Amino acid sequence: MSAYDCVTAARANDRPTSIDYITRIFGDSFFELHGDRRFADDKAVVGGIAQLNGKPVTVIGLEKGRNLKERMNRNFGSAHPEGYRKALRLMKQAEKFRRPVICFVDTAGAYCGIGAEERGQGQAIAENLMEMMTLQTPILSIFIGEGGSGGALALAVSDEIWMLENAIYSVISPEGCASILWKDSSKTAEASECLKLTSQDLFKLGVIERIIREPKDVDSKLFDSLKNLIAETLDKKMAIEPDKLVEARYNRFRKY
Amino acid sequence: MNTKDIFNFLKPKNELENQGEFAENHPYIPEELWIKCPVCKNVILSSDLMDNHKVCPKCNYHFRIAARQRIEMTVDEGTFVEMDEHMTSTNIIDFPDYTRKLKNAKINSGENESVITGTAKIGGNTTVIAVMNSQFMMGSMGTVTGEKITRAFEYATKHRLPVIIFTVSGGARMQEGILSLMQMAKTSGAVKLHSDAGLLYITVLTDPTTGGVTASFAMEGDIILSEPHALIGFAGPRVIEQTIRQKLPKDFQSAEFLLEKGFVDAVVERKDMKQTLSRLLELHSETIIEEDGETKEGEEK
Ligand SMILES: [Zn+2]
Repeated sequence: MSAYDCVTAARANDRPTSIDYITRIFGDSFFELHGDRRFADDKAVVGGIAQLNGKPVTVIGLEKGRNLKERMNRNFGSAHPEGYRKALRLMKQAEKFRRPVICFVDTAGAYCGIGAEERGQGQAIAENLMEMMTLQTPILSIFIGEGGSGGALALAVSDEIWMLENAIYSVISPEGCASILWKDSSKTAEASECLKLTSQDLFKLGVIERIIREPKDVDSKLFDSLKNLIAETLDKKMAIEPDKLVEARYNRFRKY
Repeated sequence: MNTKDIFNFLKPKNELENQGEFAENHPYIPEELWIKCPVCKNVILSSDLMDNHKVCPKCNYHFRIAARQRIEMTVDEGTFVEMDEHMTSTNIIDFPDYTRKLKNAKINSGENESVITGTAKIGGNTTVIAVMNSQFMMGSMGTVTGEKITRAFEYATKHRLPVIIFTVSGGARMQEGILSLMQMAKTSGAVKLHSDAGLLYITVLTDPTTGGVTASFAMEGDIILSEPHALIGFAGPRVIEQTIRQKLPKDFQSAEFLLEKGFVDAVVERKDMKQTLSRLLELHSETIIEEDGETKEGEEK
């Protein structure tokens, strides 16, 4: 598959969204929590508490929506500052009760609009980066579709980052890159290659720890194996002293 | 101040990137004797402009200035000691045309990277200082930019010093792909450890500060100052206009707008900047008052 094929696959409308992963992995144990306690509840971010093999976890996902109506309601997965602040609130709550955090990342990017700027999009993302770096509980981020720049990073200052085989993670969209480089936003295929945004590229660059193979038809096998992998990994991370965990996380990002 | 030296850093550029958006209509002070202010269109004698901290005497427009000059204006004379001055970027992900762009950026700016870091005294107070340079690929943040800023914070944490950063940036440096994005996390981590050590961090936002720099260390200061009328935002105005398909109001994303929305502590004129920083450093100095009334600097812990 070419890099651009990955971009297309990562954005495909029939691709499972965060809610699919949450439902299939955590089932009825997921209890959704709403709002950032400051301004509003951003529906581009879904979050709550759930159980994984009987143990409590905090789950947060960037949610694009599964049909047009949902997608409009969830702003196509592009969060406003209140979405990032909701995510941070839930992470701090996880830290308080010492349960691990699992983030599902799927967004074209943080929303670019008037309200987002007025309420401090940059400040909201910046605060997440700072606070996640020293959060005294494990954080695991899984890129399931698109990982668009700072809006994705705001949920991915984590102990481990995994990517679905056909997910992407990039500093800029291929369209944006092409329009800057060649003043031609249609050269997305070339730009996709240049940006090194596929799971293979990012694994080689040491940006992610694991690639999750995607079966041809996404069936329960994917979710079952992912569930086991998450549980196993978080058990290991929970056994590490919080100070040591945070030190390792700092060093993980310090090396770039 | 030697005017010839200043002009060495102020040649107008064609290669300014940022990604194109911020280079237009914001000229550096060119070498001509007379300069037309891009805001009020008045014609000003360049020496008058120099004497006025490169601020238009008619309308208070703050011309963009090079990083070296900013340092010279801000710190006590002869106290700046540069760190990591030889660090320079390479084309780490083999991005088309990046090697040439880097070379041009170096020639145009006379610098090795988009940020200069070091230690200095301001009003007698020792501080770590980092100044970004819009003449180097529009202040974009590459791995070396992030590394220099991270090292500056780590040095400050180790030696219990405050940090002051003057930001100007179009955002992350696309040509370094995901590794430029990682600098946002890396620098934020260094800021956090510095902050957790109880140390002061002041950011001074200058025109323009956007993208990945806004969404990381620019917005993480204990105290956030801005120069008047600076453009500050996450998304650039053109990107927003394309997204929402309408024109933005005139002063949207200005320093004054951010002050009103609660994201900036104070808008400070260039002529008052040094004194303001000096005062804030003074208020946070780890000074021990000795019994005989003499004071001395806080010792390294
Ligand atoms: Zn003027």
